[in-house]
Amino acid sequence: MIQLVWLIPILPLIGFLINGIGRNRLPKSVAGVVGSAAILVSFILSLCIFFELRAGETKSFTIELFSWISAGNLHIPFSFLVDPLSVLMLLIITGVGFLIHVYSIGYMHDDEGFARYFAYLNLFVFFMMLLVLGANYVIMFIGWEGVGLCSYLLIGFWFKKQEYNNAAKKAFIMNRIGDLGFLLGVFLIFNTFGSVSFAEVLPRAAGFVQGDTVLTAITLLLFIGATGKSAQLPLYTWLPDAMAGPTPVSALIHAATMVTAGIYMIARSSAMFVLAPFTMDVIAVIGVATAIFAALIALTQTDIKKVLAYSTVSQLGYMFLGLGVGAFTGSVFHLMTHAFFKALLFLGAGSVIHAMSGEQDMRKMGGLKKALPVTFITMLLATFAISGLPPFSGFFSKDEILAHAYEHSPVLWGLGVVGALLTAFYMFRMIFLTFYGGFRGTHEQQHHLHESPKNMTIPLIVLAVLSVIGGFVNIPHVLGGGESLHHYLAPVFTYASAYIPGLTLDHTTEFVLMGVSMLGVLISIFFAYTKYVKKSEVPAAEGTRLPALQAASYNKFYVDELYDNLFRKPLDALSDFFYKVIDKSGIDGVVNGFGKAVMEGSKNLRLLQTGYTGFYIFAMVIGIILIMVLNFFLM
Amino acid sequence: MENITQQIQAVPLDHYLVLSSLLFVIGVMGVLVRRNAIVIFMSVELMLNAVNLLLAAFSAYRGDPAGQIFVFFIMAVAAAEVAVGLAIIVMIYRNTRSIDVNFLNRLKG
Repeated sequence: MIQLVWLIPILPLIGFLINGIGRNRLPKSVAGVVGSAAILVSFILSLCIFFELRAGETKSFTIELFSWISAGNLHIPFSFLVDPLSVLMLLIITGVGFLIHVYSIGYMHDDEGFARYFAYLNLFVFFMMLLVLGANYVIMFIGWEGVGLCSYLLIGFWFKKQEYNNAAKKAFIMNRIGDLGFLLGVFLIFNTFGSVSFAEVLPRAAGFVQGDTVLTAITLLLFIGATGKSAQLPLYTWLPDAMAGPTPVSALIHAATMVTAGIYMIARSSAMFVLAPFTMDVIAVIGVATAIFAALIALTQTDIKKVLAYSTVSQLGYMFLGLGVGAFTGSVFHLMTHAFFKALLFLGAGSVIHAMSGEQDMRKMGGLKKALPVTFITMLLATFAISGLPPFSGFFSKDEILAHAYEHSPVLWGLGVVGALLTAFYMFRMIFLTFYGGFRGTHEQQHHLHESPKNMTIPLIVLAVLSVIGGFVNIPHVLGGGESLHHYLAPVFTYASAYIPGLTLDHTTEFVLMGVSMLGVLISIFFAYTKYVKKSEVPAAEGTRLPALQAASYNKFYVDELYDNLFRKPLDALSDFFYKVIDKSGIDGVVNGFGKAVMEGSKNLRLLQTGYTGFYIFAMVIGIILIMVLNFFLM
Repeated sequence: MENITQQIQAVPLDHYLVLSSLLFVIGVMGVLVRRNAIVIFMSVELMLNAVNLLLAAFSAYRGDPAGQIFVFFIMAVAAAEVAVGLAIIVMIYRNTRSIDVNFLNRLKG
């Protein structure tokens, strides 16, 4: 069965081809079914492989399909790596992906680009699978670039709106900056280890001393790649803008799967990262900074999808914090639970937007609890999960990261808890503004309010169940659990675990840490409750003057403007200079100068052609004499 | 044959060289200076024959008959050339009512 792993990525590719080629002919029902069925079959195959891998003794299989690049001492086979980490990622991608495909059938029903949408979505899943299945950095890079392409295509899915196209381009360009880092990292890996396959690089890296300069350089470059794809400071600005795409796309690509590629890549390369303590510190600091920074922005956003987007950036920050403090399992665990509850939140938001006839502004919602009971309950469960309330999934994963952070440095833990409080506040703010209070939209919208159809609510319910129970796969010892995910992933992190000691905190400390963060979360939920339900405050309308701090947060701390002034404007000015001075007068001058010189020269040379035969003969004789004289003197 | 060779060799080679050079230069000057097409034509013949003379002289001095064979060929080709050339001159005359080559300046740039 494991040998047939290539079927898993092939199926979405076939789905992409069918939908892509027949996008104008296929009826909507067929396109949706083809797209979803491809993912469903992949999911079933992934499950089979998962169980086979769990049962078997060997935990890592490399399946070589064909030799791809072979030049000099560079050999890159097209091969897939099947191990616990890649199979877990496969399950998340196909599982959540399938639910989102089903949901999309309902959500995109009235869209004219229906088949095109499913084609892109399937292509995305294909590339994402290449990314996680690739047995070397180059295959991973194909997937890495491919998901970036699909993200671009899907953000700009409604390409008739220029604003959306700009968002798509922004995402693509920000990602390119990171990709450059990743690519340089891969070059450096090849230069150092003479190979790019995980099976050769990671054991060789384990032979290096801790703090090796080359390893630090490699890991920093790879981390730059991760900041681009996983939207960390300072390259995160594309993710909030990426909300221009259809909501299920935000759920699949910009919450559950693609943006976690950076975390996957670092977890995969953990053997190198643990040997570069400096990089680990950088990752932890950037992670926690992103977690808090994005949470602060999310506090005042009024667009329901923007809140979720910043929340995603913030949660990704948590995962990087986990990686930075060596909690690789914790990060992957949080990646998984986050995929469940954040996909659910986005799909729920999509359901709300669907019911509100496309309205995304929370100031115009309110009181939707009655009209959308399923959406409300599922989103509430997801909000409990993301806020880290026990026994919902987010509690276990966030707690594991925070416990490791505390062991690494209490300051990181403190900042992490602050981030958690902010998270609880803005998430409940969103719930209260959307579902509680009175309806604030137009009469027409109120009349039109309705619960979404079955094919949208069922994915919500399934994801809600996963969000609730997803945490039970890795209950820590302190709560009497078996840490099964930890044991499951242990073969992947064998090299890393030599440098990262397990948790040595005693149980009392762990309980205190949990208690403190839980108490804080409850207080911040209560605070949100009094503010938005008791006093039923509504964020000020567009254009009102806000207090300075609120305004800064509402305007995303002016980071876009800062980048605009720091990079775009100087670049524009420089291009203008190059265009007007270098190009117009410099290069054009040279080119036109040549033309003019030739024209002037020939105008004079033309006079030599007198038309008199005698003159021609004379010139010929002079020429012959000259040749003879020269010949005489030179020979 | 022996006799002719000896007679040719009675004159020093330098004299042949000087004579044929003079004839050749006269031919060249004729081509360059004169405007009458027929005179130019005759000058060309003069140049050809200067070369013929030189070939014959060298042939005799070196005892190699190849030079003389070349002379025959040149004479034969020159005869053909004269036929074509005169025909051209006739056509020129018919077109311009003159055989002054300077009337033919339509190639002026």
